[in-house]
Amino acid sequence: MSILILAEHEAGALRPATLNVVTAAKAIGGDIAVLVAGQNVADVAEAASKVDGVSKVLHCDDAAYEHELAENLSALVVSVAEGYTHILFAATAAGKNVMPRVAALLDVSGISDITEVSSGDTFVRPIYAGNAMATVKSTDAVKVIGVRTTAFDDAAETGGSASIDTVAAAGASDLVNFVGQELSKSDRPELTSADIVVSGGRGMQSGDNFAMLDDIAAKLNAAVGASRAAVDAGFVPNEYQVGQTGKVVAPNLYIAVGISGAIQHLAGMKDSKVIVAINKDEEAPIFQVADYGLVADLFDALPELSAALDS
Amino acid sequence: MKILVGVKRVLDYNVKARVKADKSGIELANVKMSMNPFDEIAVEEALRVKEAGNADEVVVLSIGPTQSQETIRTALAMGADRGILIETDELLEPLAIAKLFKHIVEKESPGMVLLGKQAIDDDSNQTAQMLAALTGMAQATFASKVEVDGDHLNVTREVDAGLETIRIKSPAVISTDLRLNEPRYAKLPNIMKAKKKPLDIVAVGDTGIDVSSGLTVVEVNEPPEREAGVIVGSVAELVDKLRNEAKVI
Repeated sequence: MSILILAEHEAGALRPATLNVVTAAKAIGGDIAVLVAGQNVADVAEAASKVDGVSKVLHCDDAAYEHELAENLSALVVSVAEGYTHILFAATAAGKNVMPRVAALLDVSGISDITEVSSGDTFVRPIYAGNAMATVKSTDAVKVIGVRTTAFDDAAETGGSASIDTVAAAGASDLVNFVGQELSKSDRPELTSADIVVSGGRGMQSGDNFAMLDDIAAKLNAAVGASRAAVDAGFVPNEYQVGQTGKVVAPNLYIAVGISGAIQHLAGMKDSKVIVAINKDEEAPIFQVADYGLVADLFDALPELSAALDS
Repeated sequence: MKILVGVKRVLDYNVKARVKADKSGIELANVKMSMNPFDEIAVEEALRVKEAGNADEVVVLSIGPTQSQETIRTALAMGADRGILIETDELLEPLAIAKLFKHIVEKESPGMVLLGKQAIDDDSNQTAQMLAALTGMAQATFASKVEVDGDHLNVTREVDAGLETIRIKSPAVISTDLRLNEPRYAKLPNIMKAKKKPLDIVAVGDTGIDVSSGLTVVEVNEPPEREAGVIVGSVAELVDKLRNEAKVI
């Protein structure tokens, strides 16, 4: 078997998500090639070549790939796809944008969000917001797969010594132009790869009150997340959302504050190692998945928690 | 411009999915079914584009069992103009759905196709991207804002690190994210009127489209259960447990 992975990167470095995908590829077994596409990404290609388990890096430097436009990236992946039995993407917003296009262009099914590799052709993926796990088997000649990053460990960033081959660009679509972006700036760790996540829900009552979570997150070196209710209410931006349709996280510690625990929120965090719930409603469903529950008004509990973390 | 909107009949989002005893799938008999929430957002956006004078017709397409007519009627009651049902009792993969949408796109020539970013049953998040790839139309997924500008569309997208804006040429495929709009409720007079709006029903076999799939579901299982935890009495006890029992801080 021969596996191709589309690398994700930013600011000249591989995103951790790609390391999770390499681990999924190792579970499938076979030669692993990583495609690094972007502008001025020689350093990323170099970093990918050192990742443990990677045997080949395909490096494509072209302005067409600067903004991860799906039209251009899918055309490039398809142009190098021949000979591979599996093509893997991280199930991030960027990966989800491209994976199904590649599958459709190759006339095969896409396999979204796998959490387990049973064999080279059989995979497990959550459906119905994680309330069921489907085992699916593919008879397609090439398996095009999105990998849920939280379900696979990071591959080691050292130990590999892959060759780096340059590949030709595959053109740029004239139907789409990148206009701009508004990215959140934070000193906190990234939500999907943080060891600790502190999330707030509708119970936070306002965006200003999230400062209390920021304070605790700073003390724990944690990322800050939110429930859909908090995002819909405008307390915090969309990139904070944890859940079925937002980000999936699985940190060592997840602290849910003022979050009732709707099915779609649980889908995004119930694989966390330890879950803490702080909610004044003792009937809140979040307590059913929590390892430690505290029935308390968050406006009393958070200042106390902040002080206790200092001692 | 004509807008084509996709709607899928799914298990209502408030109903907890139960795995069938024979592990063949999810129990869907005698449970409440509704329009996929992301598709409601797609219908609403199409109506808003039309109400702003940038479209003249909103056509709703569903692919599914005969009961999907109800889902189409819901969209018609919200204000869509007519419906098409491609009837099938099979659970089709996104690739087959995208091919059937392409078939309708070729007949209807919409300037914009609006689809939910994912259905809350299989959570695939594939159909819009596949349709764009198969038709060669421009693609804008996870949209939180859509602005019509002549024969172009400026679309703001929800991405992992925030928001991104792209400018795409019509005709285009757009998939909707949660913050795009808040869907309206159908009013009673409109529900009555919707019953008289045109709804064409086509058997999937009559489309001539190959809907076979290389992917089969072997079995469906319950997810692993989390063990019940404990209720702590105070913040001090919580911090102590996290430090000395769970050892996570």
